[in-house]
Amino acid sequence: MNTEKIGSDNVVQMRSITKKFPGVIANDRVDFDLRRGEVHSLLGENGAGKSTLMNVLAGLYRAESGEIYVQGKQANFGSPREAIEAGIGMVHQHFMLVPSQSVTENILLGLNEPRFRMRLTEYNQKISEIAEQYGLHVDPGAKVWQLSVGEQQRVEILKMLYRGANVLIMDEPTAVLAPSEIAELFNTLRTMTNEGKSIVFISHKLQEVMEISDRVTVLQKGKVTSSGLNIGDVNRAELAQLMVGREVIFRVDKNPVKAGEVVLDVKDLKTFNDKGIQALNGVSLNVREGEIVGLAGVSGNGQNELAETMAGLREVTAGSVVVNGKDVTNKPVKLGIRHGISLIPADRTLVGTAPNLSVTDNVIMKNYDRTPISRGWRVISSEANNYASMLKEAYDIIVPSIDTSVRLLSGGNLQKVILAREISSEPKFMIAVQPTRGLDVGAIEGVQKLLLNQRESGAGILLISEELEELLTLSDRIYVIYEGEIMGEVSDGDINKIGQMMTGTPLEQIEAEGVN
Amino acid sequence: MADSITNKSASRWRMPFRIKIENRVDNPPRWLTPVLSIFAVIFALLIGALVIWIGGGKPWAVYSHIARYSFGSIGVLSDTMVKAIPLMLVGLACSIAFRMKLWNIGAEGQFFLGAFGASMVVLLPILPMEAPKWQFILMTALFGMMFGAAWGFIPGFLKARYNVNEIISTLMMNYIAIEWNNYFIYGVWSESGFQMSRMFQRNSWLPRLSDLADRWSFFGGLTAHMGLVFAIIAAVILWIVLNKSRWGYEIRLIGDNPRAAEYAGISIKKNIVLVMMVSGALAGLAGTSEIMGVVHRLQGAISPGYGFTGIIIAWLAKLNPLAVILASILFGALILAGREVQPAGIPTLIQGLIMVSLIASDFFYRNRVRITRQVEG
Repeated sequence: MNTEKIGSDNVVQMRSITKKFPGVIANDRVDFDLRRGEVHSLLGENGAGKSTLMNVLAGLYRAESGEIYVQGKQANFGSPREAIEAGIGMVHQHFMLVPSQSVTENILLGLNEPRFRMRLTEYNQKISEIAEQYGLHVDPGAKVWQLSVGEQQRVEILKMLYRGANVLIMDEPTAVLAPSEIAELFNTLRTMTNEGKSIVFISHKLQEVMEISDRVTVLQKGKVTSSGLNIGDVNRAELAQLMVGREVIFRVDKNPVKAGEVVLDVKDLKTFNDKGIQALNGVSLNVREGEIVGLAGVSGNGQNELAETMAGLREVTAGSVVVNGKDVTNKPVKLGIRHGISLIPADRTLVGTAPNLSVTDNVIMKNYDRTPISRGWRVISSEANNYASMLKEAYDIIVPSIDTSVRLLSGGNLQKVILAREISSEPKFMIAVQPTRGLDVGAIEGVQKLLLNQRESGAGILLISEELEELLTLSDRIYVIYEGEIMGEVSDGDINKIGQMMTGTPLEQIEAEGVN
Repeated sequence: MADSITNKSASRWRMPFRIKIENRVDNPPRWLTPVLSIFAVIFALLIGALVIWIGGGKPWAVYSHIARYSFGSIGVLSDTMVKAIPLMLVGLACSIAFRMKLWNIGAEGQFFLGAFGASMVVLLPILPMEAPKWQFILMTALFGMMFGAAWGFIPGFLKARYNVNEIISTLMMNYIAIEWNNYFIYGVWSESGFQMSRMFQRNSWLPRLSDLADRWSFFGGLTAHMGLVFAIIAAVILWIVLNKSRWGYEIRLIGDNPRAAEYAGISIKKNIVLVMMVSGALAGLAGTSEIMGVVHRLQGAISPGYGFTGIIIAWLAKLNPLAVILASILFGALILAGREVQPAGIPTLIQGLIMVSLIASDFFYRNRVRITRQVEG
């Protein structure tokens, strides 16, 4: 009603939003509008500023400049509560639910009604009705911990609907869902738009964006590259181009290196993830000396599990991993380290380092039990300190002293500590998982140079990354993984092919279609 | 509603100072740890003084009394040491386990099993009655440590194999240990129906300072026993192991980040079992030295909760084995002289206060507190 009075069907208008974080401009004068009853996708790579923009709309962040209009009226939300009162609700990537409480209790949490007595049966009924209306099948009496991830997401959506949201922002909602659950979610989203609600769908998955959206806005490095395109007017390849951008911001010098012997040979590898679901479904790939091989894919398609199985941290259920001609399948981690496998883990603080221990203790993690650092049962502190000082110099780790706890280091320096440790062991084969994630441009360049140096000195590197640009810059060839399977391999850096493989089309099929 | 009330009062009255708490972004200086611990103890004593004062007592008199009856003469100092010895060993037992973030709450039970193991050597008997003293020292220590280690192995194995929470299992095993001992005290080794074994023969006792009184009369009547030597040697060895050895590095790494340790190829399961066994052996040695050096028979009341006090001591010493020695002497004094003041109550209260203040003092280790003048806006 309100919208008609204004004479526009825009429920939300964001004008020239700028949001800065220390050292980064997350949103640079971004415009965005949302119509009544549409699904409007926000597409972009990790760190493009999609979530930031929507966090501004949902009242979590305040923009430095710019204006927001909701239903034609200017709004400036100071908190998510104010945003939801204006009808804007956000479902975050990480759910905010209390596991030990029931669905209804979670939905009522933080509301003024009911005041004292919970009257759960009454509210269970109310919630069932809303759930029924939108096809969100979930038992209101069930405890949250009993629910699957998909069901928990429905609870989050219900929470917003119960609070009267007209605009629902979904932050990467499909990242955690199984394919069947995705289909169900899309049905719900369509029901909601039919009821006149509007949805912002944040994603970096092209296929899903094509499937569910009415319109799409593409962000790249905090700027809009394309605003409010009708989905019928674009194809997947065009979107991929808009999302990644053709031009590369800086080039790294890459000298030609002749690839040598095979250092990594993975055959038909299968394994499960932590939840016991098949994470790798027969992966085969190889890496040769003096080669950087990229592994592209949307996160959660088995990349981490692959890295872990190769390093001996996860049990292989079928297949084999051969490094330097030695079979290391399901062998102890130490054996892999001895045979020259080195891993730069995705999570620097959770896996890569011991935060409260000193720089010295962290750099000797892989060779604390070998001469010269260790003699007999002892760790020789003077040797360890010399080694750490040497690495601090060589890798330009900026830290007051080698006795400093590494938790006090910046992300870039922490990554240098890990790289220094891994590279100085002179590995024959290195797995680098997202080695530049979260680093600033200068640090990224440093890390990339170190990787290229390793390649020139004859190591084989498997680079697992979600940054297509980085993969294209550094890799000699690129494999693409999708749902635990290799979709194909490209050596010419064809973005279109990579993009399609990332969304689940095998290379043979792409080439077959290309011929037609 | 609540918001508007605070807003109103804030506009009427403003703090002249602003207290700002921020995370430390650098390593705290080295002296901070001991200074904070000392302040925590002083703070606890002050609160204790307040309680004594409210209760109508004279805090200064109480504290000086405690000081006099624990450090006032060579005789009481020796008694303080006797109290401190078991605390040192259980404090060490807790320290090594806690270094790996393995919460062994079962030092008490391991202490009882250590006492049992040592008693076995005399009562079963494993050594003949008139075996030489050195054989008894060696064998009782060995058996005490073995049984303590076995009692540590069980929860360690359960944790490593089935991920059983060690806090619960070690705590529960304390009760089993006490009943285990009771069975032998009441039944097997009961001396004419009393709930205690016979007195051990003199040649099985740990040597005491007073044993040297024949040669140097100075030592006459001093009860401090050889357990002190055990404790100090154990502390030094443990310090070297933790700070200078490969195994110590593994323990520290697992304690700080088990996933990083796994990634460095260190077996966590193996170390859980090993550390629990060493921890149990140390607590077992505490039981041995108490039974062979002080009590000289197996009976029920051999520990006033040493195993639990060991937790506080390990914490007070910040898990540093050498500092455990000092912290134990402080607590030995509190236990010994505290009894002069009041059988329970105040001394126990002070122990608890020290623990709470210590945990709270961690806040100042992690954060920096700045007090700045409030600027008028």
